[in-house]
Amino acid sequence: MRILAAMSGGVDSAVAAARAVDAGHDVTGVHLALSRAGGTLRAGSRGCCTIEDAMDARRAADRLGIPFYVWDFSERFRDDVIGDFMAEYAAGRTPNPCMRCNEHIKFAAVLEKALDLGFDAVCTGHYATLRTGADGALELHRASDAAKDQSYVLGVLTAGQLAHTYFPLGSTPSKAVVRAEAEARGLSVAQKPDSHDICFIPDGDTRGWLADRVGASSGEVVDRAGAVVGTHEGAHAFTVGQRRGLQLGVPAPDGKPRFVLEVRPVSNTVVVGPKEALATAEIAGERFTWAGRSPVADSFACHVQIRAHADPVPARAVLAGGVLTVTPESPFDGVAPGQTAVLYDGTRVIGQFTIDRTVSALPAVV
Amino acid sequence: MRVGVYLDHAATTPLRPEAREAWLEASAAAGNPSSIHGAGQAARRVLEDARERLATALDCEPIEIVFTSGGTESVNLGVSGLFRSRRETTGRSAIVAPVAEHHATMDTLAWLHAHDAAEVEWVPVDRDARIDLDAWRAAVAREDTAVATLLAANNEVGTVQPVIEAAAACVGAGVPLHLDAVGAFGHVPLSFQALRRDSGSVGAGLVALSVAAHKLGGPVGMGALVVARQAVLEPLVHGGGQQRGLRAGTQDAAGAAAFAVAAELAVAEIEFEAERLRALRDRLEAGVRAAIPDARVSAAGAERLPGHLHLVLPGAQGDSLLLLLDLAGIAVSTGSACQAGVPEPSHVVLAMGLGDQAARSALRLTLGRTTVDADVDAVLAALPDAYERARRAGMATREVH
Repeated sequence: MRILAAMSGGVDSAVAAARAVDAGHDVTGVHLALSRAGGTLRAGSRGCCTIEDAMDARRAADRLGIPFYVWDFSERFRDDVIGDFMAEYAAGRTPNPCMRCNEHIKFAAVLEKALDLGFDAVCTGHYATLRTGADGALELHRASDAAKDQSYVLGVLTAGQLAHTYFPLGSTPSKAVVRAEAEARGLSVAQKPDSHDICFIPDGDTRGWLADRVGASSGEVVDRAGAVVGTHEGAHAFTVGQRRGLQLGVPAPDGKPRFVLEVRPVSNTVVVGPKEALATAEIAGERFTWAGRSPVADSFACHVQIRAHADPVPARAVLAGGVLTVTPESPFDGVAPGQTAVLYDGTRVIGQFTIDRTVSALPAVV
Repeated sequence: MRVGVYLDHAATTPLRPEAREAWLEASAAAGNPSSIHGAGQAARRVLEDARERLATALDCEPIEIVFTSGGTESVNLGVSGLFRSRRETTGRSAIVAPVAEHHATMDTLAWLHAHDAAEVEWVPVDRDARIDLDAWRAAVAREDTAVATLLAANNEVGTVQPVIEAAAACVGAGVPLHLDAVGAFGHVPLSFQALRRDSGSVGAGLVALSVAAHKLGGPVGMGALVVARQAVLEPLVHGGGQQRGLRAGTQDAAGAAAFAVAAELAVAEIEFEAERLRALRDRLEAGVRAAIPDARVSAAGAERLPGHLHLVLPGAQGDSLLLLLDLAGIAVSTGSACQAGVPEPSHVVLAMGLGDQAARSALRLTLGRTTVDADVDAVLAALPDAYERARRAGMATREVH
């Protein structure tokens, strides 16, 4: 196959490309320039989009003896990922930009361009596995290494996209094996630190980044009954489930710690309450996709995972009237609208949806 | 790796074997040309022989040649050096430059503006990238104009400028002119003396001219700025006082020897090669027009460098075309500068008024000494399919589901 290997400059995508070459494919390396304002050098262990990362990717391609190009997707990334990230926070929701990047950039714009230019598939260094099911349909499964599994952020991929993707690292037992392999292959990125957090916020200060762009104005912190218990310097700085940094002047009647329960951007209000009030009995959303085949029934048992590193929870999913509603066996501990819920059948990804609505397990305070 | 068709001679053209031999021979001997002993004298002899031979090729005096590390350094020295000296003596602070100059000039002007309080008087170009001579004359005649600079032949689209008229306007205004001849030297006839004589240049008019070795078959890392005797420049590099104090640093005798040999050969064969390349280019151009009716040939109405073919292929992105042709073994360029490997939309195409889409849909094919008929055939065989694919990718209307 003619494979386009997306190479970030990190060790995973370099080894993935190397394995694609070993498998006998005709491989071309591409580094995606996602920011025109990227720095020259890496800032600590974080970041991407720097000239140094592009150089690392180029040197890995040199080592593999494959052609290498840089594709500029900075405009699409700015509009579809960074723009979405800001809009979601401004709307009081908690977005996952990596998910949006996979959905709109890596497995959409890049994949479409690759197919149009005559490539058969896009190869990445994601830890996930593709299998062919009994009915011949492609299935997306968790990686062998549970600690590195990235099937959650790939949950947005549809059957058409899965048919043109290639994840050579999915069955690798551990990251250490990938690093050792990179070392053995003479790849200079073998010991390069993993990237963490959000690539376009290289210093990791998401609140500061948002305050600079979305703007911050002070507002009220209220309890579940609506009583004002403090003030804040900008609602977007708060995430559902957050405990630290509330600086409430009025202690809770029972003296127990309080957590952010809800962010209301329109009134610039943050709602706080006891830990029990974080318990979420039900989540629902209208924006869903299926990874591969669609479910045969409108109601099915599954496991649901609501964060990249959360444990999957047994649940029942019901599809009715264009709304997917998922009820976990035991309540979630704090869910924010905007988060993505990925549904699993064992190791297989069934699909995903963006959480629009949550239902508290506690009765409302009147 | 991929071996094949090389049609990016304007980026750099292969080293001539004779130039390589000259470099190897000269580099085998020890000796700093500035040293007083015999070894130094021998190196100095090689260096000054090269300076004389290059002076003959450029039709200037040997003392007027200042060797540099390449075209970019020459342009920096020519523009900044003339500007700083002129501002000190006249108090004038404006530089006249066309909008479609090479980045060596554009970025030097931006730096001088940001850090040295220079004002830039931009001169527009027409749809063929020719400078607007009336605007040029008006700009150089302004009382604050310190210096003017002009790209003799555009590096992206190949347009050859009316150099004599532009220089004559500078003479009339009493303004010194730097001419960037990096892409022109060795490809179109170029005589420093004749240009100065025909434009009436003395202390004003054409006083400095930039050239580079690797654009005509010499080594990368070697260039020269021709500086007329009457011109006064502030140096950029300070040190041992070499080369009239204009460019300090140990002189590269071997590089100079290789440059001189390459320049001599290029000038000797210039008429034959220009005719040969023009015929190949015209066949390529006609073939592209026939196979891709949508293709637009840039600067078609202007006198162009003989080996230049710049195309706008609507709906396709230049970098997609480049990738597809490269994977097919054909090396071409989008013509514009890169940032970390990403081609920028061409400021030249934008300056020509062809629009943002055209600026992203440009492809530059530049023929040179090693180009043969089979190269033209290879492009004509590969380009239509590459265009179809790139256009599909460029339109990005399809979604994968």
